[in-house]
Amino acid sequence: MARTQSADLDRKKFFADPVMVTTIAVLIAFLSLFILYPLAILLVDSFVTDNGLTLDVFRRIMGMSNFRRAISNTLKVGFLVGIASALIGLLFAYVEVYVRLRTRFMEGLFRVVSMLPVVSPPFVLSLSMIMLFGKAGIVTRYLLHIYDNSVYGFWGIAIVQTLTFFPVCYMMMKGLLKNIDPSLEEAARDMGASRWKVFTSVTLPLVLPGLGNAFLVTFIESIADFANPMIIGGSYDTLATTIYLQITGAYDKEGASAMAVVLLCITLFMFILQKYWLEAKSTATLTGKASRERMLITDRSVTLPLTILCSLLAVFVIVMYICVPFGALFRTWGYDFHLTTKWFQQVFKRYKGLKAFKDSFVLSLIASPITALLSMIISYLVVKRKFRARGFIEAVSMLAMAVPGTVLGIGYIRGFSSGVFRTGFLQGLYGTGAILIIVFVVRSLPTGTRSGISALRQIDKSIEESAYDMGADSFRVFMTVTLPLIKDSFLSGLVTAFVRSITAISAIILLVTPQYLLITVQINEFAEKGAYGIACAFATILIAITYGSVLLMNLVIRYFGTSRKFEEE
Amino acid sequence: MAKEKKGVRLEHISKIYQDPKTKKDFYAVRDTTLDIEPGSFVTLLGPSGCGKTTTLRMIAGFESPDEGEIYLGGEPINALTPNRRDTAMVFQSYALLPHYNIFDNVAYGLKLRKLDKAQIREKVTGILKLVGLEGMESRMTNQLSGGQQQRVALARALVLEPGVLLFDEPLSNLDAKLRVSMRTEIRRIQQEAGITAVYVTHDQSEAMAISDKIIIMEKGVVAQMGTPQEIYYHPDSEFVADFIGEANFLRGTLVSRDGTDGVVEIGGSRVAVCDIRQQKAGDNCTLVLRPEAAVIADKGQLPCRVVLSCFMGSYQNYHVMVGDTLVKITDFNPKNKKIYSVGDEAFVAFETESVHVL
Repeated sequence: MARTQSADLDRKKFFADPVMVTTIAVLIAFLSLFILYPLAILLVDSFVTDNGLTLDVFRRIMGMSNFRRAISNTLKVGFLVGIASALIGLLFAYVEVYVRLRTRFMEGLFRVVSMLPVVSPPFVLSLSMIMLFGKAGIVTRYLLHIYDNSVYGFWGIAIVQTLTFFPVCYMMMKGLLKNIDPSLEEAARDMGASRWKVFTSVTLPLVLPGLGNAFLVTFIESIADFANPMIIGGSYDTLATTIYLQITGAYDKEGASAMAVVLLCITLFMFILQKYWLEAKSTATLTGKASRERMLITDRSVTLPLTILCSLLAVFVIVMYICVPFGALFRTWGYDFHLTTKWFQQVFKRYKGLKAFKDSFVLSLIASPITALLSMIISYLVVKRKFRARGFIEAVSMLAMAVPGTVLGIGYIRGFSSGVFRTGFLQGLYGTGAILIIVFVVRSLPTGTRSGISALRQIDKSIEESAYDMGADSFRVFMTVTLPLIKDSFLSGLVTAFVRSITAISAIILLVTPQYLLITVQINEFAEKGAYGIACAFATILIAITYGSVLLMNLVIRYFGTSRKFEEE
Repeated sequence: MAKEKKGVRLEHISKIYQDPKTKKDFYAVRDTTLDIEPGSFVTLLGPSGCGKTTTLRMIAGFESPDEGEIYLGGEPINALTPNRRDTAMVFQSYALLPHYNIFDNVAYGLKLRKLDKAQIREKVTGILKLVGLEGMESRMTNQLSGGQQQRVALARALVLEPGVLLFDEPLSNLDAKLRVSMRTEIRRIQQEAGITAVYVTHDQSEAMAISDKIIIMEKGVVAQMGTPQEIYYHPDSEFVADFIGEANFLRGTLVSRDGTDGVVEIGGSRVAVCDIRQQKAGDNCTLVLRPEAAVIADKGQLPCRVVLSCFMGSYQNYHVMVGDTLVKITDFNPKNKKIYSVGDEAFVAFETESVHVL
């Protein structure tokens, strides 16, 4: 049986649609040039030396004791943070789904905790950790009278990362727990199991793959994190910071490239494990819809300790965030608690604060519509169209999710500083705002694409087919049907991209030139110098901007998002 | 109303799919040749997986055939994309654009054809009147009942005045009563518009009620094509006889043949038959007997024993054993008739013209 004729006809039909063909061609070029090529150049850099194809560079970096230590440090932190985040996430999710919350206050706490990681820039928690528990920390110095507490190092990173990442696990676990059919647990109770027994023999086994999934997702986030180890790591270096120092301090480009390849291999391995093994498994056991509402646990001996534990954790996280604006308002943190506006004044007068905000804001503002539109186009192509390069487009845009910012940054330096393949082609791009925008786009593309894909999968394929059948070409179908139907996903993608861009640091810090001042880079610089007042002032304004734009998004979605209307059908 | 009624011709069409589990290729549609006359209402009928929807989607252009050519009004259309084909489809799920109101849904295709506003308004209003949705132009689609959504889907396709109208199981999401009234409605509108229609369904009564011609498909191949009467009374195979209506199959041997008449022996009893086709005396054959074409009586062709006797209101439902074969009989209007009980010995009686020989 030969399927040549249909393949032939499909190809003809495909090429009868020039807009789509062009779009796909441009997309493939973009993904290849800005995701695949920088990674490829890292491989070339680390394997090809003057002696041809060798392992020399790897041998050299493996010989560095600080690199070997960085690998074990990174894995240790990642492991602990992964486990801790997954467990705390499970605790929060369990309390929200299973336990009757008595007060509105508790519901509010949960909402704030799930919202914070979205709006907060990285390393905010590191700042507050230092300000609360460091040498001049309020808690350590003033409440406990410990004068030499060091928060820097393993525990500092681990605690800060756990608090930063557990809300993501919480949201993931919440989705899974909600899908458990309550009658399963009721059956176990009915057969005589205690609540604890039900939890360990029914609930936990059902969400175990999901828990593993949450662990891996956090693990990847942790080992890719640059900003927190940078500020609170002290001499405890992780892979991301070691790579950064190798290129900015030691100017060892080949070494940094090879290190980046090592880091990439680790995240890629974890990512593949997560994506193809656990992600499928975690939902496979829980496809059934809950048959009816769950009887919430009201037993005080269960609810009281759980709610108290969650509240304490939540309050702690919130205090950490609140600490930052206060840090910007005190004259000298830890010594002189008079209110002052001098840090804010300094930000704007001495340190060109306005330019930093303008640069960050404008670049992110340009990047976000590009990202949102691009991710919607990719999701449309991946979900709704059949063509040969579809697998490539999907794979590469998902691959971007597994690439740590630091790795991408090194790849861009090596790939574009003297043009593509060192030919000088596109060399003009390097050091411009354009390349920063491209990095923003590439960094936010996977999240946008993932949300677009899941939104599009909800839409009956025949809706688009009907428009196509009535005479619309692909471009019109996309503009008049697809995009309006995933308007919410598009709008939230717009804001997510903006927030992610304006709070981004790991790749950007390697690529930014003095011509551009970016807020996150400024915060990092001042935090490293120990100028916490200024760092906090910068961070406060950044949080205000991101929080403001999220609020704006919610308003816009409420008034312009029509999708909710037809979801009710 | 239609600009021009177009016929559809499928010439040796095949479509090959890959089984997602076994990774083996198989024919979803195999070497199918069909001629659909302009202005006629033709139904593709068959169980799920028989290739009827695939055939329809090939006509619409969503799938490409692996062999053969499709003609619409004499023009080959294999290489045309769905948006360039003179076809319009009514989808199973209606596929109304949820972000548009009724008017915009119906006007969508007209706008793409760059008609001016006054013309669009006139056409949309006219078509909504035809389908009975006057004055509901500004309703959103989620404010409509299933039947109304169905009408919008129909109006949206009709307004384009396509050469052929395609229906993909359009009534399967409606409740039973609405299904019956909508199919009459669809038939009326098709007749009024004088448009060629190809209709896919797995519901045989729907197919009989609505079509000029029925095409029965089995495993990707056309099993029989003909008017509802031809198919019901003269099925070509047991599959067709069983699929359309209910049927009893009685195995026997043709003992003598005289022209198209003859005698068949079934378990020792002799039955006169007519309209014999290819069988010769001595051949095995199967008799098709519709449950409503036979009665139970004290005298008749085949002796039987009653194993089920059940009052259904409008008819008495019998299951009887003729030898080892279970025969179903529905005896209508049983009020003043003799009712046989389980265990009774009796005869199955029918007219010679009521049996069909396979």
